[in-house]
Amino acid sequence: MFSFFLLTGILIISLFFFLLGYNRAKNLINLNQKNLHSLTHYYGIFCSLSALLPTLGVFFIFTICDDLVFAELVKEYIPNEVINSKDYNFTIVLAQINNSVEGLIFGTPPQWVTNAAEIWKSWVIKSNILTMIVCAITILTSGFLSYKKIHSEFRSRNAVEKIVMTILAVSSVIAILTTIAIIFSVVFESIRFFALIPYDEFLFGTVWNPQFEGAERAGSGQEGLSQYGAIPLFAGTFLISIIALCVSVPIGLFSAIYLSEYASSKERAFFKPLLEVLAGIPTVVYGFFAALTVAPFLRSSGSMLGLDIASESALAAGLVMGIMIIPFISSLSDDVINAVPQSLRDAGYGLGSTKNETVMKIVLPAALPGVVASIILAVSRAVGETMIVVMAAGLAANLTANPLEAVTTVTSQIVTILVGDQEFESAKTLSAFALALTLIIITLGMNFYALHVVKKYREQYE
Amino acid sequence: MLCMLLKNTENNMNKKIINPEDATNIVKNSIVKRRSKDSRLKLFGRAAIGLAVCFLLILFYSIFTKGYPGFFQYYVTLDINFDRERIDPKGDLSDNSLFDGDASAIVNESLFSIIEPKGRKEKKLAKKIVSSGKDVRIAKMVKDDPGLFGTVTQVKFALDDDIDSFLRGYIKRETPESERRINDKVIGFIDKLNEEGRISYEFSDYILSGSASGNPEMAGIKGAFIGSLLTLSVCLLIAFPLGVATAVYLEEIAKKNRITEIIEVNINNLAAVPSVVFGIMGLAIFISIFGMPRSIPLVGGMVLALMTLPTIIISSRAAIRAVPPSVRDAAYGIGASKLQVIFHHVIPLAMPGMLTGTIIGMAQALGETAPLLMIGMVAFIVDIPNSVVDPGTVLPVQIFMWADFAERMFIQKTSAAIIVLLGFLIAMNALAVYLRKKLERRW
Repeated sequence: MFSFFLLTGILIISLFFFLLGYNRAKNLINLNQKNLHSLTHYYGIFCSLSALLPTLGVFFIFTICDDLVFAELVKEYIPNEVINSKDYNFTIVLAQINNSVEGLIFGTPPQWVTNAAEIWKSWVIKSNILTMIVCAITILTSGFLSYKKIHSEFRSRNAVEKIVMTILAVSSVIAILTTIAIIFSVVFESIRFFALIPYDEFLFGTVWNPQFEGAERAGSGQEGLSQYGAIPLFAGTFLISIIALCVSVPIGLFSAIYLSEYASSKERAFFKPLLEVLAGIPTVVYGFFAALTVAPFLRSSGSMLGLDIASESALAAGLVMGIMIIPFISSLSDDVINAVPQSLRDAGYGLGSTKNETVMKIVLPAALPGVVASIILAVSRAVGETMIVVMAAGLAANLTANPLEAVTTVTSQIVTILVGDQEFESAKTLSAFALALTLIIITLGMNFYALHVVKKYREQYE
Repeated sequence: MLCMLLKNTENNMNKKIINPEDATNIVKNSIVKRRSKDSRLKLFGRAAIGLAVCFLLILFYSIFTKGYPGFFQYYVTLDINFDRERIDPKGDLSDNSLFDGDASAIVNESLFSIIEPKGRKEKKLAKKIVSSGKDVRIAKMVKDDPGLFGTVTQVKFALDDDIDSFLRGYIKRETPESERRINDKVIGFIDKLNEEGRISYEFSDYILSGSASGNPEMAGIKGAFIGSLLTLSVCLLIAFPLGVATAVYLEEIAKKNRITEIIEVNINNLAAVPSVVFGIMGLAIFISIFGMPRSIPLVGGMVLALMTLPTIIISSRAAIRAVPPSVRDAAYGIGASKLQVIFHHVIPLAMPGMLTGTIIGMAQALGETAPLLMIGMVAFIVDIPNSVVDPGTVLPVQIFMWADFAERMFIQKTSAAIIVLLGFLIAMNALAVYLRKKLERRW
């Protein structure tokens, strides 16, 4: 609430600076009887922007940092016997204090927690006052300095444009920052994981059985109780992707051929968006559909044929995922097939070939790289897909090639491990980051390869 | 076929020239086969599209038939004696006073007067017929209209979810008593209520205005819906300005050099990163490094914003590129500066395209589940969030959570929530298509 009021205050003051700058420019025009370099509102915008931006920066630094600083400071108020006790965990203690600060008190907390919370509350008030004072000083000085800058020779439009250009450039850096953040968050935790578990055990082990550290300690002497062999996960991912491809490649390719070569433009305009609807349906809906409609259907029809299909099977998840990725193949392939120059088709017809022969022997070979690229993109989508497998494929890490059994995938393990509260230090939690790293490498690799294929293909015709 | 023909002629050319009549015959004889192959390919194409559309229809059909009943539920009408002494002992309508009152006992008495249970055991069973939200309902009614005190009014109460399932026919009367969730006595009570005409099947007032609940008959999507709205607004506020600014910078201002190339490659890569990875990033950066709380729409919106950013940037760039250079040249010609050209001409002209991309990105964010699971929006939260820093959940996550519950009624409620979600997605996509059709100019 405090932040909200402070932000509103900052905005109002910068608006005030806009008016100041604007009026000063007007006065200058009246005084000199001569137009200024820039339009009058640029002087106002210059004033308000140069007051607003530094203040916002200060404000965000203060609001982000204060909790971190408090967390460091509060360590002094934790009694030594708590720190020295063997199940001491700073995060939990901090959460206790924070709950007490927010008035969420369960039972009677120890005296030192209440004390620390009281001190914390006084810090919050102090830091709020400090933030307010620093923000006020920044906004007034920077606003006043920019106001002083305005005189008859000052080119405010150029100054404003420089500021705006910088803002635009900075926002384009966000994309890079996001990538760095992703790599940073995944790689560092993975390195810590590989310090605990050797990477060849992770990559080539055939048993996936993660346990929390606590479980390991409880069965003292039984080290290596938890096993982190990711092969069953890779196999499960692979199996489900293959099933998905078996569904989506024929349907997607034939749809693409029909839409681009046979369909009238009306048919095309109707069916192409209809197929794309399949890609717009949330994956959680597909997961629900797979778990509650497809899986029971498969199970009952399997038992009629005398097959024993698990209620969570790779087949159900793969089938539904195949439906989901149909549009990735059909739409992209359709675009690629359309991009094959008409002259190639005409040459085929000129030799007396039928449409089938033209498509199969001329158009498709020419479009093959693009079609392959679309399939690779679809596979990368299937590998990274999470909700369908979480809801329909199960969690049992079976190393099997039988689509009727339950399997698990990389993504569903990541979700199971990381949902809910977790110990950040345990090998189990860290293993999710290692899995995420492999996932990123696989999907990005596929993406790069697909782009590479498309690029190569393009050069053939242009 | 044609290839064989060509090969044949090639072979023949070396040896002897076949006469034109033979050639015509070869072609004529093969033409039926070739044509049938042609129509077969066409048929395959049609079948493939038919199959895909069929899948779509089955999906929608199964969701709608399951979800439509989810909007309705069974109610029982009871005569309630609004006795102020008992409902509101302190007489000030405060939460405390209403909590102390025994509204549920009044409901039970009214119920007992109809079905006349004998003995403690039967009474205990009978109490469970009406959903446990009965006292909350009475408290709400008297708060809205204190004039009810002293009257005897007919009030509708939701029935317990097992009874609801029985009335819908999911729990069969023929099943042996030991195998079904409700026993013969309760069925007898329900029959009595039915004879009196007190049971009705009506539009559920819980599904749209209720929040997450362990009792399926009282569960609703309002909390998740508000959470979705808050998360999406955060996402929009971050992703739209950033996306447009990046697109403008890359298309109009930046020179083509190494740095811009790196940025472009980055954006394309981000579009290919699986959504669950964004959740991991949110967990590692926002929650464990910046120490932000879990489960809040603010963090959810930030993660989704980073996820939708590539979509918005790519479509905004396409929209900017579609603005013809002549517009820019004309503006430069009358003395506009670069930024004036961009802000006064290029952006307004590209706006429909940018908005279309943004709406599609938002639709994607609305349906996204996996990254939000990572940052703890999967917690069971009964309170409806009031601001972006209150813990909350979103519609897709609510669907995911309900799909895991065992009670039969949750399946219907889940499907009903899916219908609402799909409704919003269709509306958003339709808006995007409309914008593209109506506002986009062809140059």
